[in-house]
Amino acid sequence: MFSFLLLKDKTLSMETEILARIQFAFTVAFHYIYPPLSIGIGLLLVIFESIYIRTKNQTYHKLARFWTKIFALTFGIGVVTGIVMEFEFGTNWAVYSRYVGDVFGSALAAEGIFAFALESGFLGILLFGWNRVKPWVHLVSTIGVFLGSMFSAIWIVVANSWQQTPAGFHIVGEGMDARAEITDFWAMVFNPSSVDRLTHVWLGAFLAGAFLVLSVHAYYLIKGKYVEVSKKAFKIALVVATVFSLGQLFTGHQSADGVAENQPAKLAALEGHFEASAPADMYILGWVDKENQEVSGIKVPGGLSFLLDYDFDAPVTGLNAFPEDERPSQINAVFQFYHIMVAIGMALIFLTLFASFLWWRGKLFDKKWLLWIFVFAVFLPQIANQVGWFAAEMGRQPWVVYGLLRTNEAFSQAVSDNQIMFSLILFFLVYALLFALFIYLLHKKIKHGPYEESESDDTPFGGTLTHMIN
Amino acid sequence: METFLGLDYPTWWFLVVGGLFSGYAILDGFDFGAGAWHLFLKKENSRRIALNAVGPVWDGNEVWLVIGGGALFAGFPVMYATMFSSLYVPFMLFLLFIIFRAISIEFRGKEPMLWWRKLWDICYSISSIMLAFLLGVVLGNVLQGIAIGENYQYQGGVLFEFLNPYALMTGFTTLSLFMAHGAIFLLLKTEGRLFAKLTRLLKRGMIFFMVSFAVTTLYTLIYIPHLSDDFKSNPSLFIIPLLTFLSIANVPRLAEKRKYKWAFLFSSLTIAFLLVLVAVELYPVLLRSTIDPMYNIDIYKAASSTKSLQIMMVIVAIGTPLVLFYTIFVYKTFWGKVKLDETSY
Repeated sequence: MFSFLLLKDKTLSMETEILARIQFAFTVAFHYIYPPLSIGIGLLLVIFESIYIRTKNQTYHKLARFWTKIFALTFGIGVVTGIVMEFEFGTNWAVYSRYVGDVFGSALAAEGIFAFALESGFLGILLFGWNRVKPWVHLVSTIGVFLGSMFSAIWIVVANSWQQTPAGFHIVGEGMDARAEITDFWAMVFNPSSVDRLTHVWLGAFLAGAFLVLSVHAYYLIKGKYVEVSKKAFKIALVVATVFSLGQLFTGHQSADGVAENQPAKLAALEGHFEASAPADMYILGWVDKENQEVSGIKVPGGLSFLLDYDFDAPVTGLNAFPEDERPSQINAVFQFYHIMVAIGMALIFLTLFASFLWWRGKLFDKKWLLWIFVFAVFLPQIANQVGWFAAEMGRQPWVVYGLLRTNEAFSQAVSDNQIMFSLILFFLVYALLFALFIYLLHKKIKHGPYEESESDDTPFGGTLTHMIN
Repeated sequence: METFLGLDYPTWWFLVVGGLFSGYAILDGFDFGAGAWHLFLKKENSRRIALNAVGPVWDGNEVWLVIGGGALFAGFPVMYATMFSSLYVPFMLFLLFIIFRAISIEFRGKEPMLWWRKLWDICYSISSIMLAFLLGVVLGNVLQGIAIGENYQYQGGVLFEFLNPYALMTGFTTLSLFMAHGAIFLLLKTEGRLFAKLTRLLKRGMIFFMVSFAVTTLYTLIYIPHLSDDFKSNPSLFIIPLLTFLSIANVPRLAEKRKYKWAFLFSSLTIAFLLVLVAVELYPVLLRSTIDPMYNIDIYKAASSTKSLQIMMVIVAIGTPLVLFYTIFVYKTFWGKVKLDETSY
C-alpha cells in the first residue's frame, strides 16, 4: 500500500481532479456538521446564561452548564476538522491558492485574528472557568465565544461568496502567473452575494443548534426526566426555531434572487430550466433528464418566473443560453439537493408553527407523537445545511471562481492521484473514528443529563480526586 | 516598491508571519512537549494532572497555527501553495496526528477501564511526539531547500525524500526542544512527587536537546554553507546566535535555581531566537530550490500585492492587541497549579 511513497513520477489525470474534489467535499461536509451546531448552541447558551444572571434561577444555570458541555464537543471537533480545511487549500488546490490568495487571504487573515482567536481565547473560560470568574465575566466570555463563531462565519462565507460573485479585484499576469489582486477591500467583502448568503448561513446554523436542543429536551420529556428544566429549554428553543425557520423564507428568497442575477446558469440548474429564454416553472419535486432536456414532476407552471419577477410569463435565462462547457454538469444532482433543502425549510416552518400553536393553546407537551417528531427533527436542519451547500457548490461548476478559474485547472499539479488516495483513505478512517467519538460522547452527555449532583459518575476517579485535592 | 517605516511590505509581512509562527511554536510547543512526556509519568493521577495542565489551553494554542497558516496564505500565497502541495504527505500526516491527539484527549477520561486509559495515553503521547518531530522535519526541508522546478512545480519524492538526515536532525532537535519546554511548563503546574519526578525528566530533556542541537549546528555549518553565508558577510548578525546560546545556557541555570517561571520565559525566548536565526538564514528566500536558484521562492515572488499587504497590516494592527489581551486574561485565570474539579478531563 505504501509503495507509491517511493515513486517519483507523477500521474496526472482526470482522476486527480475528481479525487481532490471528493477529498475536499468529504472533509468540508464533515466539518460543516459542527460549526453550525456551535453557532446555534452558542446562541442558546447566551440566552440561558443571560436569563440566569437576570433571574438567578438555578434551572437556567444548569441548562447553561449542560449545553456548554455539548458545545465543547462540537467546538472541539469543529476546530480540528477546520485546521484540515485551511491546509487543504494549499495541499490540494495549489493553483487555486496562488490565484485567489491575494483576495481571499485578507478574509482568511481577518477570520483568524478577529474570529477564531476570540472564540478560542474565551473558550477556556467558558468551559473551565465556572468556578474561577464572576458570573458576569463568564457571561461576557460566553458572548465572546458566540460572537467569535458568528465572525468566523462572516469571513468564510465572504471568501466563498467571492468565489461565486467575484468583486473588488483585477487580474494581473498571464498563464501560470495570472492571479486576482484586490483593488477594493469593501467591494470584496460586500460582493453581490455575501450578505444574502451570510444571513442564510447564520439562520441555518441557529436552526441546527435550536433543533438539537429541541431534540434532546423532547427526549427527556418523553422519558419523564428533567421535566421542569426541559420544558423551559424546549420553549426557548422553540421560539428561536420558529423565528428563524420563518426568517429562512426571506433569506432564501434573497439568495435565489441574487443567484438569478449573478449566476444565471446556477439558477437554471436549480430548477432544471433548459430553454434559453422562456417562462420557467417551479417544481415541488421532480427528476431532470439531461439528455432530453426534460423535467418530470409536480410543478407550479411559471412559478420561478413569478418568484423572480412577480409575473408568471417573465422569461428566465435557461441552461441553453450558455455554452456546454460553462454549465454545471450534474444538473439533476443540483436540482435534487436544492429541492430537498427547500422541502425541509417548509417542513420546519410547518412543524414549528404547529408546535407554537399548541403552546398558545396550552397543549404543547400533551402530544407524545409531536415530541417524537422533534426528537428526530434534529436531522432536518443538518441535512438542509449540507444539501444547500452541495447545490451552491455543484451549481457553481465548472468554475471554482465563477467565470474566472475552472475547477479542472485549479488543483495541485505536484500531487498525484496515489497521494490523494492515501490521504483520502486516512481521512476516511480518522473521521469515522471522530464521528464515533462524537456520537459516543453526545450520547453519554445526554444520558448523564443536565443535573450536577451525579457529576462524579462521569469520571469515576474524578470524584475522589476532587475531594483529595480540595 | 512602497515602503513603511523603511521596510518594504513583503518584509513586514515576513516579520508578521515569523512572529506568528514563533508564537505558535512557543505555545503548542509546550503542550506537544508535555504530551511527549506523558508515558514517562506512570501513575493515573499524574497523567490526569499532566493532561489537565494543557486541557484549558491546547486548542487555543492551535489557533496560532490557524492564524499563522492564514497569514502565510494571505501574504505569501505562492509559498503557501507550493510548500503545502510539495510536502503533501508530511502535512497530511501532521493533520491526522492533530486530529488523533484531540481525540485522545477527549476520549481518555470518559471510561474508567485501565486498558482504555492506557490506549489513549499511548495515542496522545505518540501523536504529540510525531507532531513536534514533523514540524522539525518540515523546517529542516525548508532550510535545505526542496526540488522545485518551473512554475513552482515540485519534482521530488513523496515522503522518504523529506526524511533525509538533516531533516531528521532538525526533527529530533525540535522534539527535544519542545520536550524541555513542556517539562518546564508541567513543573509550573504541578506539586509534590509529580513535581520531583518532572525535575528529573527535565534534566534528561535538556541533555537530549543540547546533544541534538550541537549535532544539528555542526552539520549545518559544515554541510549546508548557504545557511551561514549571511553571517559571514555581515558579522554584526552574530549577535543573534550569541543571544540564542546565552538564552539556551540560561535555562538549565535557572532550572537549577528552581526559578521555573524564569526558566519558562527563557525557554520561550530560546524558541523565538532559534526561529529568528532561521529567519535570518532564509531571508529574503522562503523556499530554496535544489534544482536551480532561479526557481527559489523569495518573499517578493511569493508576496501578495502591496495593496493586499497594506489591508492585512491594518487587520493585524487592530487584531494583535485584542488577541494579546484575552490570551493574557485566559492564562491569568488559569494561572497556578492544576486543581482537578468536575470540569476536568
